[in-house]
Amino acid sequence: MPSAEASHVVGGRAWLFGDDISTDLLDPGEYAIAPLQERVRHTLEAANPRFAPEVRPGDVLVAGRNFGCGSSRETAAEALQALGVGCVVAESLARIFLRNAVAIGLPVLVCPGVREAVREGDPVEVDLAAARLTNLRTGRAVQGNPLPPLMREILAAGGMLPLLRQLAAQAAEGRGWVDDLGS
Amino acid sequence: MGLTMAEKILARAAGREEVAPGEFVVAAVDLAMVHDIFATRVFSLLRSAGFRRVWDRTRVVAVIDHLVPAPTAAAAAVHQQMRRDVAEFALTRFYDAGTGICHQLLPERGHVRPGMLLVGTDSHTTTHGALGAAATGIGTTEMAYVLATGRLWFRVPETVRVVLTGAPDPGVGWKDVILHLAGRIGADGAQYRALEFSGGALAGMGIGGRMTMANMAVEVGAKFGLFPADAVAVDYLAERGVEVLPFGPDPDAVYQETLTVDLSALEPQVALPHTVDRVRPVSAVADLPVDQAFIGSCTNGRVEDLEVAAQYLAGRHVHPHTRLIVAPASRAVAQQAMERGILPALLAAGALLLPPGCGPCFGGHQGLLAPGERCIGTHNRNFAGRMGSPAAEIYLASPATVAASALYGRITDPRTVERSAGHALR
Repeated sequence: MPSAEASHVVGGRAWLFGDDISTDLLDPGEYAIAPLQERVRHTLEAANPRFAPEVRPGDVLVAGRNFGCGSSRETAAEALQALGVGCVVAESLARIFLRNAVAIGLPVLVCPGVREAVREGDPVEVDLAAARLTNLRTGRAVQGNPLPPLMREILAAGGMLPLLRQLAAQAAEGRGWVDDLGS
Repeated sequence: MGLTMAEKILARAAGREEVAPGEFVVAAVDLAMVHDIFATRVFSLLRSAGFRRVWDRTRVVAVIDHLVPAPTAAAAAVHQQMRRDVAEFALTRFYDAGTGICHQLLPERGHVRPGMLLVGTDSHTTTHGALGAAATGIGTTEMAYVLATGRLWFRVPETVRVVLTGAPDPGVGWKDVILHLAGRIGADGAQYRALEFSGGALAGMGIGGRMTMANMAVEVGAKFGLFPADAVAVDYLAERGVEVLPFGPDPDAVYQETLTVDLSALEPQVALPHTVDRVRPVSAVADLPVDQAFIGSCTNGRVEDLEVAAQYLAGRHVHPHTRLIVAPASRAVAQQAMERGILPALLAAGALLLPPGCGPCFGGHQGLLAPGERCIGTHNRNFAGRMGSPAAEIYLASPATVAASALYGRITDPRTVERSAGHALR
């Protein structure tokens, strides 16, 4: 599997959010079946109306505890990815959001203590391989918890869809398929 | 060493003798559920990956429940495509609009078995722990993987045992118990872990109450909310023509933590805006005026919930400044509630009746809130923006508390209200 991690240093401005940012704030139910380009206009609208219009590719979303709590809607992670968010770095991540982010290839990092190390708009850099965020304004680095190996492999592959395509190709070649989730 | 229910199920599904918390396994899924918000995306992902079939078309349940009946032409088009997908992939278990909410239908129609590993494109899939299934919500890409391969990775969760003792007072229900637990351990109190309920109180607890509690396990971050499949569960399934054996944890299972809830000490609970763990006794918020009261959802939209509401509202009328919205969780629930005089009593009391579905609970349509409005409901989430305007307030409570509040137009302790005309109901 190619190691995308080596090249995976992302960076940009930090956008700060609090605890318990829900999937309803990330992707409101009212727009559940709207096209992506319309849904992203409402991403985090109620928490910070400047976020969706002003976020730039590579920017880093820095949040508190239980980020992404609530619904199983993968569109919450998809919206952040579509807006160009380079990485979500949070004190903790809600379970389904974490799985969904990994499944679509959106980098995430659980990083206790990150909120007090970063101010809104600080230039930050995240080294995904090292699981570390560095605040380029202060020079301070905060060490996060490395993702388990299986999740890192899925992220490195670009998510689960590329893995699924490999399986389909193997099946088409009559090789049967080998479960590439590691068993 | 003994295994908890979550460990037993994941070990079996992964083809292992035993598994330990923290391990990652690839496990065979027994049942997969998709609903109308995400189904078409899942099938589109499957096709784009090169799959023209699902791994087992008898193990996939497809339900149209969120946007019913279709509120817009766009929603109608989504349903149209979903019906085509169901036909193309030749799925054998499809419930079209109006049959009910997915989490009500799966148990009601006998699809859930104790010991199953079950995934759904909905976070409240944890509901099926009420029948002893390890059931959890996943996203669309992971569901595409499941439908293609029948497998998915899981981290074996640590298990928190929750021991329920004593009997609740009249006016206190299972919703109050799970709200109390959310207030006690917090919205991430069981993050990545499984809840396993036990204790003497289970003997007096029907499958409906267990569904209410397992449903909201996800609101404390839990991956599963498991009840042992005891005689109550075996009988529930037998009534649906499904013969199963009891299923539970090993007697010497090891738990990471044990919490005890004494039900006899509990008063009605209310979750305040905008998090499910901001829980107070009803007395702390009594008399707050409410614009809307909602009774329904996969949490509390069953016959027993509607019956409790009717006990407070039959022969009376909802407060003129308050709207009461009632949504039965399924057509079967609506039929029973009709036959037993429950729906006629609620309609006579001024309720606005919705078709069986998820509408207002997830903020999709049917009863959304304006800025500044306050709603008290029996559903499961009160996040800002959950039900229309982010500047609206949502309070979560039991059917008894919501019905009593609808009656007076203010948040009301149901224990202060005489049950009106339970006798009029059949």
